[in-house]
Amino acid sequence: MSFASLWQALPWYAQSTVMILLVTVILILCVAYLTLWERKLIGWMQLRRGPNRVLLFGIPGTRYIGQPFADVVKLLLKEIVVPAQANKGLFRLAPMITLIPAFAVWAIVPVAPSYAIADVDAGLLYVLAMTSVGVYGVILAGWASNSKYAFLGAMRSAAQIVAYEIAMGFALVGVLMASGSLNLGQIVHKQAGGLFLTHWNMLWLFPLFVVYFISAVAETNRAPFDVAEGESEIVAGFHVDYAGMGFALFFLGEYANMILVSALTSVFFLGGWLSPFTFASDNPVWHVPVLGLLLGDGTHWLVAKMFFFLCVYLWIRATFPRYRYDQIMRLGWKVLIPVTIVWIAVEGVFAWFHVGPWQAMR
Amino acid sequence: MSFASTIKTYTLWELLKGMGVTLRALFRPKITVNYPEEKAPQSVRFRGLHALRRYPNGEERCIACKLCEAACPALAITIDSDVAADGTRRTTRYDIDLFKCIYCGFCEEACPVDAIVETRIHEYHMEAPGENIMTKDKLLAVGDRYQAMINADKAADARYR
Repeated sequence: MSFASLWQALPWYAQSTVMILLVTVILILCVAYLTLWERKLIGWMQLRRGPNRVLLFGIPGTRYIGQPFADVVKLLLKEIVVPAQANKGLFRLAPMITLIPAFAVWAIVPVAPSYAIADVDAGLLYVLAMTSVGVYGVILAGWASNSKYAFLGAMRSAAQIVAYEIAMGFALVGVLMASGSLNLGQIVHKQAGGLFLTHWNMLWLFPLFVVYFISAVAETNRAPFDVAEGESEIVAGFHVDYAGMGFALFFLGEYANMILVSALTSVFFLGGWLSPFTFASDNPVWHVPVLGLLLGDGTHWLVAKMFFFLCVYLWIRATFPRYRYDQIMRLGWKVLIPVTIVWIAVEGVFAWFHVGPWQAMR
Repeated sequence: MSFASTIKTYTLWELLKGMGVTLRALFRPKITVNYPEEKAPQSVRFRGLHALRRYPNGEERCIACKLCEAACPALAITIDSDVAADGTRRTTRYDIDLFKCIYCGFCEEACPVDAIVETRIHEYHMEAPGENIMTKDKLLAVGDRYQAMINADKAADARYR
């Protein structure tokens, strides 16, 4: 019995469980090493070395590979404190609400050529719906903690996330116009072919690409938009009262969201798993054993693009000081949203004259 | 807003310039000192753990003049004195409370016979309450153990004194 037929013989709920476990385990490992990579990269950018002590299970030579596991063990062993005046149920529910959507969206991300766990036709709407749920985790955490600092932090985060979601949504309208489909797989396929990079949405939707990424940084509450964390004003924002694993879940959620947003940016604007070299389909290079696989389309291109965006995330954090709150709001409402609206109009002009991605739509 | 500055704003010019600075820093050599394995250079005047010195013949330098006790701004030094068997004036008690000490080096400056010194030892700890009091025996022991280092440091610093 081959692997494929064994897989087919499984009932649907077993298949789903396996997929969920696979996505969760891979993502949690990625998050663990993203935290390490963040500390290393930001350290290097600040002329430090970053963490370099913890060996992986004591194996000599693995100089800092064990760091994430040490961190996880530390957080797991900490006491989980639930404040006396807190709303206990919501207090425990909130971290899960921030974490689960970041994992759930992966169901529709096209991770390999023509493959996604669920091929949903309304994929883009599903993405918007799921990423919007995350804000409830923030609000509930702030409210359930029953502390003014947590509450103020939650208000600030929530207002910021809602504001930037509009710019993000408008940027996605531009993607929708270019690809003519809500299906994420279709969006990637629409960017295939063409001369070097010219078919990727990034070129024709460049302002939307920039706006989308900036909004995504703001959405995930990362520096320089991390006012929710303002150490000097409100300690750590909405998750002040969380300790141990509760805090770890928020942390996990933030990083899982970063990974997700990087994947979505790659899918929407950089052609997901498309290779930048496949413009000549009859090139003999494709038949060279390893090189052909490396240069051809595949998951590794998606991973490479995601890695690039994750590095940009960290790079931005290492570079810019925190925005003031009113500046964040001004940037979101008065700059990013008008830019997206203008570019949607420009796209309309492109479509009218059938240039760029609209050539085929005659 | 002028046209030029509008263009500058919308091309994110200044932000990109800032990111260029951090990108260049990424490839510069790192200045971190991996502490227990590598150590930063230390001056011969470093003021760390205290020590009481002896003359080469093994005689204690300290003559219980109590100038260090008087000079100490933190009142960390407590001295009792008596006449020793050979008729010299000696301390019977010489305590330095390391928790009170601010490591200013005034005791060393005040000492007419260079008996109390601060060494370059800074990696020490206490494991029980009371160990913060450096008694005369402990101070002399430090002085004996690190005699060579202390003498070398004092000789190197002498020409500036």
